[in-house]
Amino acid sequence: MTELVATTPGLLPLPDWAKGELSDLKGHQKSDLIDGTEGEAVTEAYDRVRAEELDWQTEAGLDRVVGGQARWDDNIAHPLSMADAVDTRGIVRYYDNNNFYREPVVVGELTATGDVAAELDATAEALDDGAGDLQAVLPGPYSLADLATDEQYGDEAAFLDAVADFLVDEVEQFPDVATLFLLEPSLVENPPEAGIDERAGAAIDRVATATEADVVCHTYWGAVPEKPYAHLMDADLDAVGFDFVSDHEANLYNITEYGTTDDIALGLVDGQNTRVEGVETVRERVEWVGEQIPAQSFDTTYLTANTELFYLPVNRAREKLAVLARAAAGEEEVTA
Amino acid sequence: MTDGWPEVGDGGTRRTAADGGADVREQFRPDDHSNDHFLLTTVVGSYPKPKWLNRAEELVEDDEYDFGEDHLTEAHDDAARLITREHERAGLDVVVDGEMRRNEMVEYFAHRIDGYEFNGPVKVWGHNYFDKPSVVDEVSYGEQWLVEEFEFTDGVASHPVKVPITGPYTLANWSFNEHYDDEETLAYELADLVNEEVEALVEAGARYIQIDEPALATTPDDHAIVGECLERIVEDVPADVRLGLHVCYGDYSRIYPEVLDFPVHEFDLELANGEYEQVPVFQDPEFTKDLALGVVDAHTAEVEPVEVIKENIKKGFEIVPPERLTISPDCGLKLLPRDVAYGKTRNMVQAVREVEAELDAGEIDVGFAAAPADD
Repeated sequence: MTELVATTPGLLPLPDWAKGELSDLKGHQKSDLIDGTEGEAVTEAYDRVRAEELDWQTEAGLDRVVGGQARWDDNIAHPLSMADAVDTRGIVRYYDNNNFYREPVVVGELTATGDVAAELDATAEALDDGAGDLQAVLPGPYSLADLATDEQYGDEAAFLDAVADFLVDEVEQFPDVATLFLLEPSLVENPPEAGIDERAGAAIDRVATATEADVVCHTYWGAVPEKPYAHLMDADLDAVGFDFVSDHEANLYNITEYGTTDDIALGLVDGQNTRVEGVETVRERVEWVGEQIPAQSFDTTYLTANTELFYLPVNRAREKLAVLARAAAGEEEVTA
Repeated sequence: MTDGWPEVGDGGTRRTAADGGADVREQFRPDDHSNDHFLLTTVVGSYPKPKWLNRAEELVEDDEYDFGEDHLTEAHDDAARLITREHERAGLDVVVDGEMRRNEMVEYFAHRIDGYEFNGPVKVWGHNYFDKPSVVDEVSYGEQWLVEEFEFTDGVASHPVKVPITGPYTLANWSFNEHYDDEETLAYELADLVNEEVEALVEAGARYIQIDEPALATTPDDHAIVGECLERIVEDVPADVRLGLHVCYGDYSRIYPEVLDFPVHEFDLELANGEYEQVPVFQDPEFTKDLALGVVDAHTAEVEPVEVIKENIKKGFEIVPPERLTISPDCGLKLLPRDVAYGKTRNMVQAVREVEAELDAGEIDVGFAAAPADD
């Protein structure tokens, strides 16, 4: 019998009070965004945000909780934006969304900053007794390299390796966490070509093996093409995450054709639509996936939103957290 | 038609807008224009609101104050008059009211269309948010959208007025769709509503309408849907109404050259933010529409010096000749401090007038602005 674990890919929406307060404290321009040198007032505001977002997750009953990544102004490109060897330039589109991040341009030798580790330390400290276990969130090396521009390493392969080394050094500074979600939407949105696909799998493997935590490599906005998926299977991962909201058929094809990890993460709740899924619907989809893959039983099945949650207004994001938790716990519909 | 000759019935003047036949630019040249060359200057639309207007919008929500909708309407009128004149003072050939009555480019319309609901703000980038609405029922035309705004602005302006209107694809794509089977269906339903509004604007006297479709850059694979939406919008719009399409912050190579088939006269593009790296995209194949070129960055708080803007303007000549170049900021300026927005606009106009004079004097020798070689 598989254990159902409710979690999210992180990057929660800011509470509405914080949207105004942080906007007033920081400003609206490109240069006003987080660069790792924020002052006391901003730090203190983010501490309150983190505490509140932990409360949301605990109240919802999630099995894994995240720090919320509220400081990640540049979305999953955030870890690079913090690095000394990176210039943040014009705002560029974040995948095919109405969202933007500052283009991180790597202009020198990348060295880890410990920024994400420090956030995790603060999160660990803020955790209440009743909370779920701590989950770290990072961009996977392929997506992070894909979102950035290289002016230092010269070719795609060398740059990917450098970004992987950078992430390994970041992970090695982490406190103990139960789970690490490595977000790899670029494997779907801008899949690696022949030659790079194998290297992407190897890069993900190196980051995954830098921690004792259970590592989930989460993919979304469709399905990873076959070859890169096959190479992803070579990485030492506990689970791969699949976006069953946007393309269940192609993801199921990958799983049945190439197999998958011992654990699995199912993106079953839409992180980009306010329509709230029913608890029963989510449970039925879990069962459906199980039926489609009779050859394999998973030790752990993570139930998650397909994407980050910052696309949603707070009320709907929180309702979806509750749906995931209740679906995993086998509880009934959320009643108002 | 395979022999190059039009078929019977295919050769007459087309009656709808954007057939490229009518000279829809010259009507905007000011009577007292000082140069022979004319690079039309305008803005994309939004402009920082005066602080007192933000305060007025808060007061109307606050029961403690005796400040009602009538007061707010008066405040909006005052602000629209103020910004229209600020645009005229900056020297723009075609002005807007800075969208003083609009809170946001999707929200404003969604509040006026039946079938939408609101749940709260979502992040766009950094600390910029919008109240992304959800379509929870069939959409239909609710209260009037822009006719009153246009009539007021046109009444106070001494320069021609442009009307920016959010396009149906963006209205669909930047909403949560809880009701329709797919976004395409929703977009076409909304396109019919936009068509209704554009016809009403034309009836009211509007001669320059800009459809804002920033979402096209978001999901470039959907350019055919945007094209179909535009076909629906321009239906029955007279040929002398200038139609523009504003797109920003995307990888234009993914929509070019397909967009050249769209039934509009002009493309208004953000290119300064990316330091004109995307200019080559529009050089091959040849750009056959008018280009409204962004020459000041909408997201930096420093006013670009005139000399810098002049160099940016000349980038436009690498795509189109001067008679097909319009000059505007990259995007709406509403997030800037107002003095910065004004400084950028004023410097932009000054730079244009200097470039025009240099073109008249034959001093500019770049791209399509190069003097033809003597035989």
